[in-house]
Amino acid sequence: MKRILIPLAAVPILLLLAYGFWTDPRAIPSPLVQKPAPEFRLTSIEAGAPFALADLKGKGIILNFWASWCYPACYEEAPLLEASWQKYKDRGVQILGIVIQDNEANAKEFMQRFNFSFPNALDPGSKVSIDYGVYGVPETFFIDTQGRIVYKHVGALTPALIDQQVQTILKGS
Amino acid sequence: MRQRLVLGMTFASVLVLSAIAYAANQQALEDRVRDIASDLRCVVCQNLSVADSPSDLAKEMRNRVREMVEQGKSREEIQAYFVSRYGEFVLLSPPKRGFNLLVWGLPFVAILVGGGAVFLIVRRWSAARPGEQARVDPAYAERVRRELQDRTP
Repeated sequence: MKRILIPLAAVPILLLLAYGFWTDPRAIPSPLVQKPAPEFRLTSIEAGAPFALADLKGKGIILNFWASWCYPACYEEAPLLEASWQKYKDRGVQILGIVIQDNEANAKEFMQRFNFSFPNALDPGSKVSIDYGVYGVPETFFIDTQGRIVYKHVGALTPALIDQQVQTILKGS
Repeated sequence: MRQRLVLGMTFASVLVLSAIAYAANQQALEDRVRDIASDLRCVVCQNLSVADSPSDLAKEMRNRVREMVEQGKSREEIQAYFVSRYGEFVLLSPPKRGFNLLVWGLPFVAILVGGGAVFLIVRRWSAARPGEQARVDPAYAERVRRELQDRTP
C-alpha cells in the first residue's frame, strides 16, 4: 500500500507541471477580442486629416500598430499591408496604421520606403496603444463592420491570415 | 503704511502656505500613483512593475494611472481598466480565485504535508529506540551472561 501511495502523491504535481509546460507563456489572450473596439481620434501623418474609428462605421478595419524601429517584423509585413490595401480598399476594408513611440520624421521615411497609401497616425502618449492593450509591435486588430474586435494578431502578418480574417470581418455586412 | 505691510505679509504667507499645500498634494498624488503602479506589470519587461520600469511604455502607463487618479478613480477601477485591456496578466499578484487559488494555496499545503511527514518519521525513529533491547536473541543473551560469569574468578 505504502509503495503505491508515494508515487501516487506525485501524480497531481506532475499533472500541474505538465499543464504549465504545455501552455505557451507568450500566448496571452487579449480580453478585447469579441468586444467593441475602443474609440480613438488621432491626426493622420500625411494628410493631417482626422483619423477616427467613429468615421469608419460599416467598414471592416485592419488596425495595425507599427514602428520604424521595429526590425525585422514590421519591415517584413509592410509590403504586405500595402498590397492588401490595394487588394481590399474597394471591397469595404479600411487599413489604418498607428505608429508607436516613434517620431514623425522616422515614420514618414518608413511610409515612403514602403509606399504606404493608407492613413497612418502617431500615438502621442501611447494612449491608443494602452487602450488596445498593445505589448509590442507589430500587433494587428481585425475589426468587423459592427465595430467589434474579431481577432488580434501578434507578430508579422501573412497573406493567408489577412485573406482569412478579411472574410471574417466582412461577413456581418 | 502699517496697513499695507500687514496686507503684504498676509498675502505673502497665503502664497507660501498654498505653495506648501500644493507640494504636499502633489507628493500625495505621486505616492498614490506609485502605489497603484507597483501592482501593475510592465508588459514589455521581465518581472518589473510599471512603477519601477524605466521603459517608455511603463512611463505612459504611469501617466494613465495619474490621469485616472486625478479623475477620482479608485484603485479597483484603475486595475479593472488595465485588466480589461491587457488581461489578468497585467496584475503582478494574481487575484485569489479560480485556478489562481492553487498558486496561493499550494505552498501552504506543501508546508503542511511536509511538516506532517517529518513529524511522523521523527516519531517513528524515537519510538524505535526503547524496543531495541528486547529484540536481542534470548539464547545469545544467555551465552553472554554465562561467559561473563565464567571469566570472573
